[in-house]
Amino acid sequence: MAAYIIRRLLLLPVTLFGVTLFVFGVYSFLDPAMKAALYVHDIPKTSDALQRIIHKYGLDDPFYLQYGRWLNQIFHGNLGWSKTAQRPVLEALLYYFPATVELVLWAAIPVIFIGIWLGILSAVHHNKPIDHASRVFALIGWSFPSYVYGLLLIMVFYAMLHWLPPGRVSDWVIQEINAGTFREVTHIYTIDAIINGRPDILLDVFKHMILPVITLSYIQWALLLRVTRSSMLETLRQEYVMTARSKGLAERIVIYKHAARNAMIPVATMGGMLLIGLLNGAVMTETVFNYRGMGWWAANAATQLDIISVLGFTLFNAIILSVGILFIDIMYAVIDPRIRLE
Amino acid sequence: MRILKQLLRNPLSLFGIILLIFFGLVAILAPWLAPPPNPYEPYRIAQFGYSPNPKPPTGPNPFTEIWKIVTRQSDFSKTHPFGTTEGQYDVYYGIVWGTRTAFLAGICITGITALIGIFWGTMSAYFGGWVDMVFMRITDIFQAFPFLIAAMTIAAVLQPKIGRSILTAAIALIVFGWMGYARLIRGDILSIRERDYVQAARAAGAGHLRLILRHILPNAIYPTLVVASMDIGSYVISFAALSFLGLGAEVGYADWGQMLSFARNWIPRLNQYWWIILYPGLALVLFVLAWNLVGDALRDILDPRLRGRITV
Repeated sequence: MAAYIIRRLLLLPVTLFGVTLFVFGVYSFLDPAMKAALYVHDIPKTSDALQRIIHKYGLDDPFYLQYGRWLNQIFHGNLGWSKTAQRPVLEALLYYFPATVELVLWAAIPVIFIGIWLGILSAVHHNKPIDHASRVFALIGWSFPSYVYGLLLIMVFYAMLHWLPPGRVSDWVIQEINAGTFREVTHIYTIDAIINGRPDILLDVFKHMILPVITLSYIQWALLLRVTRSSMLETLRQEYVMTARSKGLAERIVIYKHAARNAMIPVATMGGMLLIGLLNGAVMTETVFNYRGMGWWAANAATQLDIISVLGFTLFNAIILSVGILFIDIMYAVIDPRIRLE
Repeated sequence: MRILKQLLRNPLSLFGIILLIFFGLVAILAPWLAPPPNPYEPYRIAQFGYSPNPKPPTGPNPFTEIWKIVTRQSDFSKTHPFGTTEGQYDVYYGIVWGTRTAFLAGICITGITALIGIFWGTMSAYFGGWVDMVFMRITDIFQAFPFLIAAMTIAAVLQPKIGRSILTAAIALIVFGWMGYARLIRGDILSIRERDYVQAARAAGAGHLRLILRHILPNAIYPTLVVASMDIGSYVISFAALSFLGLGAEVGYADWGQMLSFARNWIPRLNQYWWIILYPGLALVLFVLAWNLVGDALRDILDPRLRGRITV
């Protein structure tokens, strides 16, 4: 167990080193003028000024020297200057990060609960109407690009019915924030509204959150449903489940206490994939709904070719993903002793 | 033949095959279904006028309008079976020619990605030892990036170099798509490499290339090919996603994702301009659904071991 965890922990720095090398490799692919944005706010207009900057920051030094210098900058929290956000990249990332966290956390709830619950249900009622219905749901979820049904949801619930608007909050809430009557403590508005004791703002946040959460979570829970279902089907055929039944245990207890727990072990391997799906999905969802989070900002920066920002965002996401997957792998080893031996 | 028969027996995959045949016919017959106003640039969506507001479909029944186009009684300057987008790009024209783009994107990207993955995984597993170690650590590094985000970055970096085109998006997706295949085939080859018949071939003096191509790959490649066939749909989605974000096909190129991106400018009035999202959206969804239905059934037939395993 300890050996497994230590081995996994040792791999993390290797991967992260490779990630930084890759990202820096992409930097060195850029034009010198664009690369200068790593160090200065304005991309210099004249070639004279550009030469001075290239010289000053050693942009024509050998690769390993530049890489070392850049890594040093990263460790000091300098990822360059974001043209689109008009502030340092790291500051912009941290500014938009809470909005994305809020969206992803709210989306994770239906993913886990609906996905697992429907998965168990359709395995228990194998080849019954509920199983077929969930299969259709999953197939649709798998074939529907999130941006298409995001747009369809907006068309119905905003453009036609005027119920659920896009964006993160209404204009009047932004005015309150600017006026200082609504204090941003965590920048996660659901929590801030509770801290401030403002049910009206909480309601407004929820109204903006419903459609993006549906859009972001649908594909993910459709996937989880299928995996849970097949794992549960396999478990229900095991002999110990038959033993439990023949002992005369209630069906509920057999399913939820004996079968479901073991069936969850393969499902846990989906954790990494769900995390990837949520991080990727956040970019599309936030863009469709004009929800001002990290993904919206990065997609915006990408279309305006503000590559310094995009690379900072990518590096940030790669670090989140690597650490997240490490955490999931370790949790998995804790749940399932068999994995440690491999 | 046996595979085809089984595919046709399952109602879901039969539906998928019918859809694919339909899309295939549309792609082949595109010059006839939607005659390009400029024969040298068929992939530029027919555009007459520059009015910023989308125009509704002409006529109550799109099929009669399509018939007028097909029989050359009318052209895209007067008839718009599915309406127009902003900038007066004809939606029907874009969908018809976009079918070709979608086939190209799905099959080419998946094919090249799978080839790279198979090559990488085979090298890694066959030579083993430190080669395997280095190859797999490199795979780890690529897998540390969330797929779409990494592809978005590569597309944004390539755009100033080679311009905004479907090539940019395709390269971006290929660079970050191969790792899953490499891992899958590596695992299968590791279990085959030491089998008796491989040892026998080696003892008989077979070289590396012959061992790999004649003895190992034919027995290890199927699961990877099945997974690749199941991924075609999701590559089409990712490709259209990059176009949707404005990083793939250029404005006016016949690509469904690019057409959907027009809808982003009309969010408060989408109920009024429903055709700019409904038609391209429907085409994309049905196309992806068709591939997924066929891929799903193919997996059940070819490799029952993979049943229930979902790879996206």
